[in-house]
Amino acid sequence: MSGGAERRLPGHYLKSKEMYSLPGLVEYRPVARYLFSAGQAQSRFLDGLKEGKILGKRCPRCGRVYVPPRSYCEYCMAPTSEWVELPGTGEVHTAVVSYISTFRERMEKPEIVAVIKLDAPGYTKGGYEFAGLFHKLCNVEPEDVISGRAIGMRVKPRWRPPEERKGDVNDIECFEPVES
Amino acid sequence: MSRRVAIIGVGWYGFKPSIPDLSFREMMFEASMRAAEAAGVDLRKDVDAFVSSQEDYWEGIAISDEFAPEPIGGVLRPTFTVAGDGLQGLAQAYMLIKTGYFDVVLVESHAKPSDILSLDKIYELALDPVNIRPLSPSNPLFTAGLDAVAYMSRTGLEREDLAFIAVKNRVQGLRNPRASYAAKISLEEVLEAEAYIYPMTRYEVAGFTDAAITVILASEDVARRFTDNPVWVSGVGWSTETGTGALAWHEWGRMKSMRMAADMAYRTAGVKPSQIDLAEVEDRFSFMEPLTLEEARLAPEGGAAKMAREGVFSPDGSLPVNPSGGSLAMGVALEATGLARLLEAYLQLVGAAGPHQVEATRALVASWRGPPTYTSMAVVLESEDAL
Ligand SMILES: [Zn+2]
Repeated sequence: MSGGAERRLPGHYLKSKEMYSLPGLVEYRPVARYLFSAGQAQSRFLDGLKEGKILGKRCPRCGRVYVPPRSYCEYCMAPTSEWVELPGTGEVHTAVVSYISTFRERMEKPEIVAVIKLDAPGYTKGGYEFAGLFHKLCNVEPEDVISGRAIGMRVKPRWRPPEERKGDVNDIECFEPVES
Repeated sequence: MSRRVAIIGVGWYGFKPSIPDLSFREMMFEASMRAAEAAGVDLRKDVDAFVSSQEDYWEGIAISDEFAPEPIGGVLRPTFTVAGDGLQGLAQAYMLIKTGYFDVVLVESHAKPSDILSLDKIYELALDPVNIRPLSPSNPLFTAGLDAVAYMSRTGLEREDLAFIAVKNRVQGLRNPRASYAAKISLEEVLEAEAYIYPMTRYEVAGFTDAAITVILASEDVARRFTDNPVWVSGVGWSTETGTGALAWHEWGRMKSMRMAADMAYRTAGVKPSQIDLAEVEDRFSFMEPLTLEEARLAPEGGAAKMAREGVFSPDGSLPVNPSGGSLAMGVALEATGLARLLEAYLQLVGAAGPHQVEATRALVASWRGPPTYTSMAVVLESEDAL
Protein backbone atom coordinates (compact mmCIF):
# COMPACT_ATOMS: atom_id res chain seq x y z
CA MET A 1 0.00 0.00 0.00
CA SER A 2 1.22 3.45 -0.78
CA GLY A 3 -0.12 6.91 -1.36
CA GLY A 4 -2.56 8.80 0.80
CA ALA A 5 -5.67 6.68 0.61
CA GLU A 6 -4.92 4.40 3.54
CA ARG A 7 -4.07 7.24 5.91
CA ARG A 8 -7.70 8.13 6.06
CA LEU A 9 -8.33 4.81 7.76
CA PRO A 10 -7.68 4.38 11.50
CA GLY A 11 -4.90 2.15 12.86
CA HIS A 12 -1.16 1.67 12.70
CA TYR A 13 0.38 1.46 9.25
CA LEU A 14 3.15 -1.00 8.44
CA LYS A 15 5.92 0.11 6.13
CA SER A 16 6.41 -2.39 3.35
CA LYS A 17 9.77 -3.40 4.88
CA GLU A 18 8.02 -4.25 8.15
CA MET A 19 5.24 -5.98 6.33
CA TYR A 20 7.50 -8.37 4.45
CA SER A 21 9.53 -9.14 7.57
CA LEU A 22 6.47 -10.75 9.12
CA PRO A 23 6.63 -14.54 9.17
CA GLY A 24 4.05 -16.15 6.93
CA LEU A 25 4.52 -13.79 4.01
CA VAL A 26 6.74 -14.82 1.11
CA GLU A 27 7.19 -12.26 -1.61
CA TYR A 28 7.56 -13.27 -5.25
CA ARG A 29 7.44 -11.16 -8.34
CA PRO A 30 6.58 -13.20 -11.43
CA VAL A 31 8.59 -12.58 -14.56
CA ALA A 32 6.29 -13.26 -17.49
CA ARG A 33 7.57 -11.73 -20.72
CA TYR A 34 6.19 -12.44 -24.17
CA LEU A 35 6.69 -11.39 -27.74
CA PHE A 36 3.32 -12.02 -29.34
CA SER A 37 3.22 -12.94 -33.01
CA ALA A 38 0.51 -10.64 -34.28
CA GLY A 39 0.02 -12.88 -37.30
CA GLN A 40 -0.83 -12.42 -40.98
CA ALA A 41 -3.80 -10.11 -40.65
CA GLN A 42 -2.88 -8.02 -37.62
CA SER A 43 0.69 -7.41 -38.76
CA ARG A 44 -0.48 -5.66 -41.91
CA PHE A 45 -3.06 -3.75 -39.88
CA LEU A 46 -0.31 -2.43 -37.59
CA ASP A 47 1.81 -1.47 -40.59
CA GLY A 48 -1.23 0.39 -41.93
CA LEU A 49 -1.60 2.39 -38.73
CA LYS A 50 1.95 3.62 -39.17
CA GLU A 51 0.88 5.03 -42.53
CA GLY A 52 -2.27 6.55 -41.07
CA LYS A 53 -4.56 3.91 -42.60
CA ILE A 54 -7.18 1.68 -41.01
CA LEU A 55 -7.23 -1.62 -42.86
CA GLY A 56 -9.76 -4.41 -42.65
CA LYS A 57 -10.35 -7.79 -44.25
CA ARG A 58 -13.53 -8.94 -45.90
CA CYS A 59 -15.11 -12.39 -45.70
CA PRO A 60 -15.84 -13.59 -49.25
CA ARG A 61 -18.88 -15.59 -48.07
CA CYS A 62 -20.86 -13.27 -45.84
CA GLY A 63 -19.39 -9.85 -46.67
CA ARG A 64 -18.49 -8.98 -43.10
CA VAL A 65 -15.48 -6.68 -42.80
CA TYR A 66 -13.17 -7.39 -39.88
CA VAL A 67 -11.47 -4.46 -38.15
CA PRO A 68 -9.13 -5.25 -36.51
CA PRO A 69 -8.62 -7.67 -39.37
CA ARG A 70 -8.60 -11.42 -38.99
CA SER A 71 -7.39 -14.16 -41.30
CA TYR A 72 -10.69 -15.96 -41.02
CA CYS A 73 -14.38 -15.29 -40.53
CA GLU A 74 -15.67 -16.64 -37.24
CA TYR A 75 -19.20 -16.98 -38.59
CA CYS A 76 -18.37 -18.82 -41.80
CA MET A 77 -15.06 -20.44 -40.73
CA ALA A 78 -13.66 -19.35 -44.06
CA PRO A 79 -10.43 -17.49 -44.78
CA THR A 80 -10.99 -13.79 -45.27
CA SER A 81 -9.74 -12.55 -48.60
CA GLU A 82 -9.86 -8.94 -49.79
CA TRP A 83 -8.11 -6.11 -47.93
CA VAL A 84 -10.15 -2.93 -47.59
CA GLU A 85 -9.05 0.53 -46.50
CA LEU A 86 -11.62 2.21 -44.32
CA PRO A 87 -12.12 5.99 -44.34
CA GLY A 88 -11.57 6.02 -40.56
CA THR A 89 -14.76 7.89 -39.77
CA GLY A 90 -17.49 6.31 -37.78
CA GLU A 91 -19.90 6.74 -34.92
CA VAL A 92 -19.80 6.13 -31.21
CA HIS A 93 -21.63 2.88 -30.56
CA THR A 94 -21.27 2.88 -26.79
CA ALA A 95 -19.15 4.93 -24.40
CA VAL A 96 -18.38 5.11 -20.71
CA VAL A 97 -16.80 7.52 -18.23
CA SER A 98 -14.47 6.03 -15.64
CA TYR A 99 -13.79 8.07 -12.50
CA ILE A 100 -11.84 5.44 -10.56
CA SER A 101 -9.07 2.99 -11.34
CA THR A 102 -9.26 -0.78 -10.87
CA PHE A 103 -8.11 -0.26 -7.28
CA ARG A 104 -10.83 2.27 -6.61
CA GLU A 105 -8.45 5.23 -6.60
CA ARG A 106 -10.03 8.38 -7.94
CA MET A 107 -8.40 9.47 -11.17
CA GLU A 108 -7.33 13.06 -11.63
CA LYS A 109 -9.26 13.35 -14.86
CA PRO A 110 -12.14 11.06 -15.80
CA GLU A 111 -11.36 8.85 -18.78
CA ILE A 112 -13.82 8.32 -21.60
CA VAL A 113 -13.53 5.18 -23.68
CA ALA A 114 -15.79 3.98 -26.44
CA VAL A 115 -16.48 1.35 -29.03
CA ILE A 116 -16.44 3.04 -32.42
CA LYS A 117 -18.48 1.64 -35.27
CA LEU A 118 -16.40 2.46 -38.33
CA ASP A 119 -17.80 3.36 -41.71
CA ALA A 120 -17.21 0.22 -43.78
CA PRO A 121 -18.39 0.62 -47.37
CA GLY A 122 -19.68 -2.66 -48.71
CA TYR A 123 -20.36 -4.25 -45.33
CA THR A 124 -23.36 -6.36 -46.21
CA LYS A 125 -24.25 -7.91 -42.86
CA GLY A 126 -26.29 -6.04 -40.31
CA GLY A 127 -26.63 -6.85 -36.66
CA TYR A 128 -24.76 -6.18 -33.49
CA GLU A 129 -21.36 -6.97 -35.01
CA PHE A 130 -19.43 -4.47 -37.10
CA ALA A 131 -16.03 -3.26 -38.17
CA GLY A 132 -14.87 -1.20 -35.25
CA LEU A 133 -12.32 -0.26 -32.67
CA PHE A 134 -12.20 0.20 -28.95
CA HIS A 135 -10.47 3.49 -28.20
CA LYS A 136 -10.35 6.67 -26.12
CA LEU A 137 -12.54 9.68 -26.91
CA CYS A 138 -11.14 13.23 -26.94
CA ASN A 139 -13.05 16.50 -26.97
CA VAL A 140 -16.02 14.72 -25.51
CA GLU A 141 -17.14 15.75 -22.02
CA PRO A 142 -18.42 13.39 -19.35
CA GLU A 143 -21.72 15.23 -19.65
CA ASP A 144 -21.98 14.17 -23.31
CA VAL A 145 -21.71 10.54 -22.26
CA ILE A 146 -23.96 10.80 -19.21
CA SER A 147 -26.68 12.58 -21.17
CA GLY A 148 -26.47 10.06 -24.00
CA ARG A 149 -25.48 12.73 -26.53
CA ALA A 150 -22.24 10.88 -27.27
CA ILE A 151 -24.02 7.80 -28.60
CA GLY A 152 -24.20 7.97 -32.36
CA MET A 153 -21.81 10.94 -32.44
CA ARG A 154 -19.78 11.13 -35.67
CA VAL A 155 -16.08 10.73 -34.90
CA LYS A 156 -12.75 10.44 -36.68
CA PRO A 157 -9.30 9.31 -35.58
CA ARG A 158 -6.81 11.84 -34.25
CA TRP A 159 -3.54 10.49 -35.65
CA ARG A 160 -0.22 11.05 -33.99
CA PRO A 161 2.36 12.78 -36.19
CA PRO A 162 3.95 10.25 -38.61
CA GLU A 163 7.35 10.46 -36.89
CA GLU A 164 5.79 9.41 -33.56
CA ARG A 165 3.91 6.37 -34.91
CA LYS A 166 5.16 2.97 -33.88
CA GLY A 167 2.79 0.57 -35.61
CA ASP A 168 0.48 0.01 -32.68
CA VAL A 169 -3.02 1.09 -31.68
CA ASN A 170 -1.61 4.16 -29.94
CA ASP A 171 -0.72 5.60 -33.37
CA ILE A 172 -4.29 6.80 -33.09
CA GLU A 173 -4.25 9.11 -30.08
CA CYS A 174 -8.00 8.96 -29.72
CA PHE A 175 -11.22 9.43 -31.67
CA GLU A 176 -12.73 12.89 -31.65
CA PRO A 177 -15.94 14.47 -32.94
CA VAL A 178 -15.85 15.17 -36.67
CA GLU A 179 -16.93 18.80 -36.12
CA SER A 180 -14.02 19.73 -33.85
CA MET B 1 -21.27 -47.96 -21.19
CA SER B 2 -23.25 -47.94 -24.34
CA ARG B 3 -22.08 -45.79 -27.20
CA ARG B 4 -18.54 -45.97 -28.46
CA VAL B 5 -16.47 -42.88 -29.27
CA ALA B 6 -14.51 -42.48 -32.49
CA ILE B 7 -11.97 -40.06 -33.86
CA ILE B 8 -13.26 -39.02 -37.28
CA GLY B 9 -10.60 -36.49 -38.21
CA VAL B 10 -7.41 -34.82 -37.05
CA GLY B 11 -5.71 -31.66 -38.27
CA TRP B 12 -2.43 -30.04 -37.36
CA TYR B 13 -0.35 -27.00 -38.17
CA GLY B 14 3.24 -26.13 -37.42
CA PHE B 15 5.67 -28.31 -35.49
CA LYS B 16 8.44 -25.79 -36.01
CA PRO B 17 10.65 -24.31 -33.29
CA SER B 18 9.28 -20.89 -34.20
CA ILE B 19 6.35 -19.73 -36.34
CA PRO B 20 6.69 -15.95 -36.23
CA ASP B 21 4.41 -15.26 -39.20
CA LEU B 22 1.22 -16.71 -37.71
CA SER B 23 -0.55 -15.81 -34.49
CA PHE B 24 -1.62 -18.63 -32.20
CA ARG B 25 -5.20 -17.97 -33.28
CA GLU B 26 -4.28 -18.36 -36.95
CA MET B 27 -2.50 -21.63 -36.13
CA MET B 28 -5.62 -22.88 -34.32
CA PHE B 29 -7.75 -21.97 -37.34
CA GLU B 30 -5.42 -23.78 -39.75
CA ALA B 31 -5.38 -26.95 -37.64
CA SER B 32 -9.16 -26.88 -37.17
CA MET B 33 -9.89 -26.39 -40.88
CA ARG B 34 -7.65 -29.36 -41.68
CA ALA B 35 -9.44 -31.51 -39.09
CA ALA B 36 -12.81 -30.44 -40.48
CA GLU B 37 -11.73 -31.32 -44.01
CA ALA B 38 -10.39 -34.70 -42.89
CA ALA B 39 -13.61 -35.49 -41.04
CA GLY B 40 -15.97 -34.04 -43.66
CA VAL B 41 -17.49 -31.88 -40.94
CA ASP B 42 -18.84 -28.33 -41.14
CA LEU B 43 -17.45 -26.74 -37.98
CA ARG B 44 -20.34 -24.26 -37.76
CA LYS B 45 -23.11 -26.81 -38.26
CA ASP B 46 -22.06 -30.28 -37.20
CA VAL B 47 -20.14 -29.80 -33.93
CA ASP B 48 -22.07 -29.94 -30.65
CA ALA B 49 -19.32 -28.82 -28.27
CA PHE B 50 -15.74 -27.54 -28.29
CA VAL B 51 -12.92 -28.22 -25.83
CA SER B 52 -9.65 -26.27 -25.74
CA SER B 53 -6.73 -27.31 -23.54
CA GLN B 54 -4.57 -24.37 -22.53
CA GLU B 55 -2.83 -22.74 -19.59
CA ASP B 56 -2.87 -18.97 -19.07
CA TYR B 57 0.84 -18.46 -18.49
CA TRP B 58 1.70 -20.31 -21.70
CA GLU B 59 -0.78 -18.09 -23.52
CA GLY B 60 0.44 -14.89 -21.92
CA ILE B 61 -3.22 -13.99 -21.44
CA ALA B 62 -5.04 -14.19 -18.13
CA ILE B 63 -8.40 -15.95 -18.26
CA SER B 64 -7.53 -16.93 -21.82
CA ASP B 65 -10.61 -19.09 -22.39
CA GLU B 66 -12.28 -16.21 -24.22
CA PHE B 67 -9.76 -16.71 -27.03
CA ALA B 68 -10.69 -20.35 -27.45
CA PRO B 69 -13.96 -20.39 -29.42
CA GLU B 70 -13.40 -18.10 -32.40
CA PRO B 71 -10.52 -19.82 -34.27
CA ILE B 72 -12.01 -23.32 -33.91
CA GLY B 73 -15.61 -22.67 -34.94
CA GLY B 74 -16.94 -22.43 -31.39
CA VAL B 75 -18.34 -18.89 -31.32
CA LEU B 76 -21.69 -18.88 -29.51
CA ARG B 77 -21.51 -22.64 -29.11
CA PRO B 78 -20.88 -24.75 -25.98
CA THR B 79 -17.13 -24.26 -25.47
CA PHE B 80 -14.91 -24.71 -22.46
CA THR B 81 -11.23 -24.87 -21.67
CA VAL B 82 -9.32 -27.48 -19.74
CA ALA B 83 -6.25 -26.16 -17.93
CA GLY B 84 -4.17 -29.17 -18.81
CA ASP B 85 -2.78 -31.37 -21.54
CA GLY B 86 -4.82 -31.97 -24.69
CA LEU B 87 -5.38 -35.58 -23.66
CA GLN B 88 -7.21 -34.31 -20.57
CA GLY B 89 -9.37 -32.27 -22.93
CA LEU B 90 -9.90 -35.39 -25.03
CA ALA B 91 -11.06 -37.29 -21.93
CA GLN B 92 -13.64 -34.55 -21.30
CA ALA B 93 -14.88 -34.79 -24.89
CA TYR B 94 -15.05 -38.58 -24.58
CA MET B 95 -17.25 -38.23 -21.51
CA LEU B 96 -19.49 -35.63 -23.17
CA ILE B 97 -20.20 -38.09 -25.97
CA LYS B 98 -20.73 -40.93 -23.49
CA THR B 99 -23.53 -38.93 -21.85
CA GLY B 100 -25.58 -39.22 -25.01
CA TYR B 101 -26.23 -35.49 -25.16
CA PHE B 102 -23.38 -34.72 -27.57
CA ASP B 103 -22.68 -36.47 -30.87
CA VAL B 104 -19.74 -34.52 -32.30
CA VAL B 105 -17.14 -32.82 -30.09
CA LEU B 106 -14.02 -30.95 -31.18
CA VAL B 107 -10.86 -30.97 -29.05
CA GLU B 108 -8.09 -28.44 -29.61
CA SER B 109 -4.73 -27.67 -28.12
CA HIS B 110 -1.95 -25.40 -29.28
CA ALA B 111 1.45 -24.17 -28.19
CA LYS B 112 3.52 -21.15 -29.09
CA PRO B 113 6.54 -21.38 -26.79
CA SER B 114 8.46 -19.18 -29.25
CA ASP B 115 6.25 -16.27 -28.08
CA ILE B 116 7.37 -16.75 -24.46
CA LEU B 117 10.53 -14.81 -23.67
CA SER B 118 10.77 -15.88 -20.03
CA LEU B 119 9.94 -19.58 -20.35
CA ASP B 120 12.38 -20.40 -17.54
CA LYS B 121 10.62 -17.96 -15.23
CA ILE B 122 7.23 -19.38 -16.09
CA TYR B 123 8.56 -22.79 -15.08
CA GLU B 124 9.89 -21.22 -11.89
CA LEU B 125 6.47 -19.77 -11.24
CA ALA B 126 5.11 -23.33 -11.33
CA LEU B 127 7.23 -24.28 -8.32
CA ASP B 128 5.99 -24.27 -4.74
CA PRO B 129 6.13 -20.59 -3.68
CA VAL B 130 7.08 -21.18 -0.04
CA ASN B 131 9.59 -24.02 -0.02
CA ILE B 132 11.15 -24.18 -3.48
CA ARG B 133 10.96 -20.82 -5.24
CA PRO B 134 12.94 -18.91 -2.57
CA LEU B 135 15.85 -21.27 -3.31
CA SER B 136 15.81 -19.98 -6.92
CA PRO B 137 16.77 -23.27 -8.54
CA SER B 138 18.63 -22.17 -11.63
CA ASN B 139 16.89 -24.79 -13.74
CA PRO B 140 13.28 -25.39 -12.72
CA LEU B 141 13.36 -28.72 -14.59
CA PHE B 142 15.69 -30.16 -11.95
CA THR B 143 13.02 -32.64 -10.84
CA ALA B 144 13.49 -34.55 -14.09
CA GLY B 145 17.14 -35.13 -13.22
CA LEU B 146 16.22 -36.25 -9.71
CA ASP B 147 13.77 -38.77 -11.14
CA ALA B 148 16.28 -39.99 -13.73
CA VAL B 149 18.98 -40.59 -11.12
CA ALA B 150 16.54 -42.39 -8.81
CA TYR B 151 15.29 -44.51 -11.73
CA MET B 152 18.85 -45.49 -12.67
CA SER B 153 19.80 -46.42 -9.12
CA ARG B 154 16.64 -48.48 -8.66
CA THR B 155 17.04 -50.42 -11.90
CA GLY B 156 20.81 -50.45 -12.39
CA LEU B 157 20.53 -48.72 -15.76
CA GLU B 158 23.58 -46.97 -17.20
CA ARG B 159 23.78 -43.63 -18.95
CA GLU B 160 24.14 -45.52 -22.24
CA ASP B 161 20.70 -47.07 -21.74
CA LEU B 162 19.06 -43.67 -21.54
CA ALA B 163 21.22 -42.14 -24.25
CA PHE B 164 20.10 -44.89 -26.63
CA ILE B 165 16.50 -43.64 -26.36
CA ALA B 166 17.66 -40.28 -27.71
CA VAL B 167 19.44 -42.01 -30.59
CA LYS B 168 16.40 -44.15 -31.42
CA ASN B 169 13.90 -41.30 -31.35
CA ARG B 170 16.01 -38.57 -32.95
CA VAL B 171 16.93 -40.91 -35.83
CA GLN B 172 13.37 -42.24 -36.24
CA GLY B 173 12.21 -38.65 -36.50
CA LEU B 174 14.13 -38.21 -39.76
CA ARG B 175 11.20 -39.92 -41.49
CA ASN B 176 8.62 -37.63 -39.92
CA PRO B 177 7.95 -34.21 -41.49
CA ARG B 178 6.79 -32.92 -38.10
CA ALA B 179 10.06 -33.81 -36.35
CA SER B 180 12.04 -30.58 -36.41
CA TYR B 181 14.57 -31.87 -33.90
CA ALA B 182 15.36 -35.13 -35.70
CA ALA B 183 19.06 -35.86 -36.13
CA LYS B 184 21.34 -38.58 -37.39
CA ILE B 185 23.32 -39.05 -34.21
CA SER B 186 25.31 -41.86 -32.63
CA LEU B 187 25.35 -43.15 -29.09
CA GLU B 188 28.83 -41.69 -28.60
CA GLU B 189 27.68 -38.27 -29.78
CA VAL B 190 24.80 -38.30 -27.33
CA LEU B 191 27.01 -39.36 -24.42
CA GLU B 192 29.73 -36.85 -25.24
CA ALA B 193 27.40 -33.91 -25.85
CA GLU B 194 27.23 -31.15 -23.28
CA ALA B 195 25.45 -32.15 -20.09
CA TYR B 196 22.03 -30.53 -19.72
CA ILE B 197 20.55 -32.03 -16.59
CA TYR B 198 22.61 -34.91 -15.29
CA PRO B 199 22.49 -37.72 -16.27
CA MET B 200 21.12 -36.33 -19.54
CA THR B 201 22.92 -34.44 -22.30
CA ARG B 202 21.44 -31.98 -24.77
CA TYR B 203 20.10 -34.73 -27.06
CA GLU B 204 18.23 -36.36 -24.19
CA VAL B 205 16.19 -33.28 -23.34
CA ALA B 206 13.48 -32.34 -25.84
CA GLY B 207 13.34 -28.84 -27.30
CA PHE B 208 10.17 -26.80 -27.71
CA THR B 209 7.94 -26.55 -30.74
CA ASP B 210 5.10 -24.34 -31.97
CA ALA B 211 2.11 -26.46 -32.98
CA ALA B 212 -1.67 -26.56 -33.13
CA ILE B 213 -3.68 -29.78 -33.21
CA THR B 214 -7.43 -30.32 -33.56
CA VAL B 215 -9.19 -33.65 -33.09
CA ILE B 216 -12.84 -34.28 -33.96
CA LEU B 217 -14.66 -37.02 -32.06
CA ALA B 218 -18.08 -38.51 -32.70
CA SER B 219 -20.41 -41.12 -31.29
CA GLU B 220 -20.41 -44.43 -33.12
CA ASP B 221 -23.58 -44.00 -35.17
CA VAL B 222 -22.72 -40.44 -36.19
CA ALA B 223 -19.10 -41.39 -36.91
CA ARG B 224 -20.30 -43.93 -39.46
CA ARG B 225 -22.03 -41.14 -41.37
CA PHE B 226 -18.81 -39.15 -41.68
CA THR B 227 -16.11 -41.77 -42.19
CA ASP B 228 -15.53 -45.40 -43.06
CA ASN B 229 -12.16 -45.30 -41.30
CA PRO B 230 -12.84 -44.37 -37.67
CA VAL B 231 -10.31 -44.86 -34.90
CA TRP B 232 -11.94 -45.82 -31.64
CA VAL B 233 -11.12 -44.09 -28.38
CA SER B 234 -11.60 -47.26 -26.39
CA GLY B 235 -10.32 -46.06 -23.05
CA VAL B 236 -9.08 -42.96 -21.25
CA GLY B 237 -7.32 -42.42 -17.95
CA TRP B 238 -5.61 -39.65 -16.02
CA SER B 239 -4.09 -39.09 -12.62
CA THR B 240 -2.23 -36.36 -10.72
CA GLU B 241 0.40 -36.75 -8.01
CA THR B 242 1.49 -34.24 -5.43
CA GLY B 243 3.83 -31.82 -7.15
CA THR B 244 6.59 -29.52 -5.96
CA GLY B 245 4.48 -28.66 -2.93
CA ALA B 246 5.76 -31.87 -1.34
CA LEU B 247 8.80 -33.18 -3.18
CA ALA B 248 9.66 -35.57 -0.36
CA TRP B 249 6.33 -37.30 -0.88
CA HIS B 250 6.93 -38.06 -4.53
CA GLU B 251 8.08 -41.60 -5.17
CA TRP B 252 11.31 -40.78 -6.98
CA GLY B 253 12.25 -42.76 -10.03
CA ARG B 254 8.65 -43.74 -10.62
CA MET B 255 5.63 -42.29 -12.41
CA LYS B 256 2.85 -43.47 -10.17
CA SER B 257 0.31 -41.26 -11.89
CA MET B 258 1.30 -42.88 -15.20
CA ARG B 259 0.65 -46.33 -13.74
CA MET B 260 -2.80 -45.21 -12.57
CA ALA B 261 -3.66 -43.42 -15.82
CA ALA B 262 -2.65 -46.41 -17.95
CA ASP B 263 -4.51 -48.89 -15.74
CA MET B 264 -7.61 -46.71 -15.95
CA ALA B 265 -7.33 -46.53 -19.76
CA TYR B 266 -6.89 -50.31 -20.08
CA ARG B 267 -9.82 -50.92 -17.73
CA THR B 268 -12.21 -48.58 -19.54
CA ALA B 269 -11.08 -50.08 -22.87
CA GLY B 270 -11.32 -53.67 -21.68
CA VAL B 271 -7.86 -54.21 -23.13
CA LYS B 272 -4.81 -55.97 -21.69
CA PRO B 273 -1.34 -54.38 -22.00
CA SER B 274 -0.21 -57.45 -23.95
CA GLN B 275 -2.71 -56.54 -26.70
CA ILE B 276 -1.04 -53.18 -27.39
CA ASP B 277 0.99 -53.19 -30.62
CA LEU B 278 2.01 -49.50 -30.83
CA ALA B 279 3.00 -46.96 -28.21
CA GLU B 280 3.28 -43.19 -28.62
CA VAL B 281 4.37 -42.19 -25.16
CA GLU B 282 6.13 -39.57 -23.07
CA ASP B 283 9.80 -39.01 -23.84
CA ARG B 284 10.51 -35.32 -23.25
CA PHE B 285 13.43 -36.56 -21.17
CA SER B 286 15.16 -39.73 -22.34
CA PHE B 287 14.49 -41.69 -19.13
CA MET B 288 10.77 -41.05 -19.40
CA GLU B 289 10.21 -43.37 -22.34
CA PRO B 290 11.42 -46.61 -20.67
CA LEU B 291 9.90 -45.57 -17.35
CA THR B 292 6.53 -44.83 -18.98
CA LEU B 293 6.59 -48.20 -20.76
CA GLU B 294 7.24 -49.94 -17.45
CA GLU B 295 4.59 -48.01 -15.55
CA ALA B 296 2.14 -48.74 -18.38
CA ARG B 297 2.98 -52.45 -18.06
CA LEU B 298 4.36 -52.67 -21.59
CA ALA B 299 7.77 -53.77 -20.25
CA PRO B 300 8.92 -55.48 -17.05
CA GLU B 301 10.38 -53.38 -14.21
CA GLY B 302 13.76 -52.07 -15.28
CA GLY B 303 13.53 -53.97 -18.56
CA ALA B 304 12.39 -51.38 -21.09
CA ALA B 305 15.77 -49.84 -21.87
CA LYS B 306 17.25 -53.26 -22.64
CA MET B 307 14.29 -54.13 -24.88
CA ALA B 308 14.82 -50.85 -26.71
CA ARG B 309 18.45 -51.72 -27.40
CA GLU B 310 17.39 -55.17 -28.61
CA GLY B 311 15.11 -53.52 -31.18
CA VAL B 312 11.77 -54.57 -29.70
CA PHE B 313 10.61 -50.93 -29.76
CA SER B 314 12.04 -50.09 -33.18
CA PRO B 315 9.65 -49.44 -36.10
CA ASP B 316 10.10 -53.05 -37.28
CA GLY B 317 10.07 -54.51 -33.76
CA SER B 318 7.13 -56.26 -32.12
CA LEU B 319 6.06 -53.11 -30.25
CA PRO B 320 7.06 -49.91 -32.07
CA VAL B 321 7.49 -47.09 -29.57
CA ASN B 322 7.41 -43.50 -30.80
CA PRO B 323 8.03 -44.28 -34.46
CA SER B 324 7.27 -40.58 -34.90
CA GLY B 325 10.45 -39.74 -33.04
CA GLY B 326 8.45 -38.65 -29.99
CA SER B 327 8.99 -35.33 -28.27
CA LEU B 328 12.77 -35.79 -28.51
CA ALA B 329 12.46 -35.41 -32.31
CA MET B 330 9.25 -33.36 -32.55
CA GLY B 331 9.72 -31.06 -29.57
CA VAL B 332 7.51 -30.34 -26.60
CA ALA B 333 4.34 -28.54 -27.66
CA LEU B 334 3.40 -27.52 -24.10
CA GLU B 335 -0.24 -28.57 -23.51
CA ALA B 336 -0.50 -29.89 -27.09
CA THR B 337 2.15 -32.54 -26.43
CA GLY B 338 -0.35 -35.26 -25.57
CA LEU B 339 -2.35 -34.55 -28.73
CA ALA B 340 0.91 -34.72 -30.72
CA ARG B 341 1.36 -38.30 -29.46
CA LEU B 342 -2.33 -38.97 -30.26
CA LEU B 343 -2.02 -37.47 -33.76
CA GLU B 344 0.91 -39.78 -34.52
CA ALA B 345 -0.88 -42.88 -33.21
CA TYR B 346 -4.03 -41.94 -35.13
CA LEU B 347 -2.13 -41.56 -38.40
CA GLN B 348 -0.53 -44.97 -37.84
CA LEU B 349 -3.89 -46.67 -37.18
CA VAL B 350 -5.52 -45.24 -40.32
CA GLY B 351 -2.44 -46.03 -42.40
CA ALA B 352 -1.65 -42.39 -43.15
CA ALA B 353 1.68 -42.01 -41.34
CA GLY B 354 3.66 -41.92 -44.58
CA PRO B 355 7.39 -42.63 -44.43
CA HIS B 356 7.27 -43.74 -40.80
CA GLN B 357 4.21 -45.99 -41.16
CA VAL B 358 4.29 -49.17 -39.04
CA GLU B 359 1.87 -52.10 -38.76
CA ALA B 360 -0.46 -51.50 -35.82
CA THR B 361 -4.07 -51.82 -34.78
CA ARG B 362 -4.12 -51.00 -31.05
CA ALA B 363 -2.15 -48.14 -29.54
CA LEU B 364 -1.39 -46.78 -26.13
CA VAL B 365 -1.00 -43.00 -26.12
CA ALA B 366 0.48 -41.54 -22.95
CA SER B 367 1.70 -38.13 -21.92
CA TRP B 368 3.06 -36.60 -18.76
CA ARG B 369 2.53 -32.92 -18.09
CA GLY B 370 5.72 -32.35 -16.22
CA PRO B 371 7.98 -31.37 -14.83
CA PRO B 372 7.33 -29.60 -12.60
CA THR B 373 3.78 -30.96 -12.43
CA TYR B 374 3.01 -34.64 -12.03
CA THR B 375 -0.04 -35.34 -14.14
CA SER B 376 -0.29 -38.31 -16.49
CA MET B 377 -2.79 -39.12 -19.21
CA ALA B 378 -3.32 -42.33 -21.15
CA VAL B 379 -5.60 -43.25 -24.05
CA VAL B 380 -6.18 -46.59 -25.77
CA LEU B 381 -6.89 -46.24 -29.49
CA GLU B 382 -8.10 -49.07 -31.72
CA SER B 383 -8.48 -49.28 -35.47
CA GLU B 384 -11.35 -51.10 -37.16
CA ASP B 385 -8.98 -54.02 -37.73
CA ALA B 386 -8.41 -54.45 -33.98
CA LEU B 387 -12.05 -55.28 -33.31
ZN1 LIG C 1 -18.15 -14.82 -43.17
